[in-house]
Amino acid sequence: MKERVTLDHPKEKISKQHLTEEWVGKIYTWLCIIVLIVTIFSMVYFVASRGLTTFFRGVNVWEFISGLRWQPDAKPPIFGALPFIFGSFSTSIMAALIAAPLGFCAAIFMTEIMPKYGRRYLQPVIELLAGIPSVVYGFVGLSIIVPFLRDTFPGQGLGLAAGAIVLSIMILPTITTIATDALSALPGGLKEGSYALGATRWQTIYRIVLPTTFPALMTGVVLGISRAFGEALAVQMVIGNAPFLPRSLFDSTSTLTSVITLSMGNTVMNSPHNNALWSLALILMLMTFVFVFIVRWLERRTKI
Amino acid sequence: MQTKYEINDLKLYYGDFMALKGLNFSIPEKSITALIGPSGCGKSTFLRTLNRMNDMIAGTRVEGEILLSGDNIYAPSTDVEQLRKRVGMVFQQPNPFPKSIYENVAFGPRLHQKLDRKQLNEVVERSLRGASLWDEVKDDLNKNAMGLSGGQQQRLCIARALAVDPDVLLMDESTSALDPISTLKIEELAQELKEKYTIVMVTHNMHQAARVSDQTVFFLNGEVIEADQTGQLFSNPSDKRTEEYITGRFG
Repeated sequence: MKERVTLDHPKEKISKQHLTEEWVGKIYTWLCIIVLIVTIFSMVYFVASRGLTTFFRGVNVWEFISGLRWQPDAKPPIFGALPFIFGSFSTSIMAALIAAPLGFCAAIFMTEIMPKYGRRYLQPVIELLAGIPSVVYGFVGLSIIVPFLRDTFPGQGLGLAAGAIVLSIMILPTITTIATDALSALPGGLKEGSYALGATRWQTIYRIVLPTTFPALMTGVVLGISRAFGEALAVQMVIGNAPFLPRSLFDSTSTLTSVITLSMGNTVMNSPHNNALWSLALILMLMTFVFVFIVRWLERRTKI
Repeated sequence: MQTKYEINDLKLYYGDFMALKGLNFSIPEKSITALIGPSGCGKSTFLRTLNRMNDMIAGTRVEGEILLSGDNIYAPSTDVEQLRKRVGMVFQQPNPFPKSIYENVAFGPRLHQKLDRKQLNEVVERSLRGASLWDEVKDDLNKNAMGLSGGQQQRLCIARALAVDPDVLLMDESTSALDPISTLKIEELAQELKEKYTIVMVTHNMHQAARVSDQTVFFLNGEVIEADQTGQLFSNPSDKRTEEYITGRFG
């Protein structure tokens, strides 16, 4: 015969089982959080301490940021990072200018014009773009975009425009996905209200859909810029990597990320050159913080 | 009384499902017509044929005709945007645009013609007065409409509809999300508005239909069972099903 299982009902004692399960859960979550916080803070501390060394050893911050010449092998070395800062900003912003209209239109198509086919075919294709490794983008850019630019415009093809185009394709999924989510989250009543007043579909899109979702659309754009800003490999493959300010769209230049990936293997830890690369990394990190703050600010405005 | 809408053998299909099964009745102008019936009986679907809002739902098909002042609104030559300008609509949930009160009311007129600031100000004031909202908001026209109370939002939606100068106002359970006092205000407003506009309202509340309307139409399973003067329909219904519904035996 089977023995019947009985549960204890201790009157005043708190069940031991509950206590252990509570504590295991609590301690585990706390441990994870502490590991996470320690990792983040040590990353920030490490980058900041290495990055600031340059400035403690006699390089003027303003000269570093605004200097046009980057000659780490000169005696004494000259570190002017403006060409890289300019390169990073201009490629990212141009990429966003190319990708944003495309992404918004794709999102409008998928939510307003043909939701059925858009959702079924276009969305998976665009999400696929996000999964392609950046080296593949760089390779495609190098084999298709660079020769095309070389044949069509003056210059060697490698340069600012090639970088911006490759980046724009890379950030298209980010912008499109966020825009699609924003548009489909729009309360249906708003659109109905507009149609009921005799608005056409495009009047409704221009006057209700886009203005109402604008902060959310901008969130996607800023996240896209932020991704473009941090992208190293694909850009490095097509931008030419000359350490100068470009004189035209088709001129070779560098970005913060591309100069770090290219030079870091050739420097010795704690040398002025190495420290200067850390300073570039610090600028990158600070810019990323700025982007995160902008996104959070936009998200606050999205509510209502 | 003149006839505003003449409905002739109106059938509506959602895909294969027949939601409206051949309706025949008419709606007189400058009066309030209430549509009553249990949930899913087709009264809201019917209301949305009157300004062709059902066009937006994929897979709907309409047979028969609806004559608005003699013109078939389902004729291929109908300009749907012009139709909706003539036939305003107020929804169940207040749906003001997340813009200022002024911009909400000015939205409709701006879609259809270019008006200078002075003309626009006039339209906005006239519409807000028409919806009995002017005195409450005249100093806050630039405030966001989302900050108004539910009842004020609904009256703003009425003002927004009036701003494009319609003949007809459709109200789709427009008081069901409101408190009793706001509901009363909207009912009083409807009484004033019927001097100038033809009002068709869907309501779940039979007392409201009895209180407010001049005609009542009883829907059941996609058919019109009875359409009559409100007093007549409630005191002496000619169909047994109407009687059962209004005495609360089902629905």
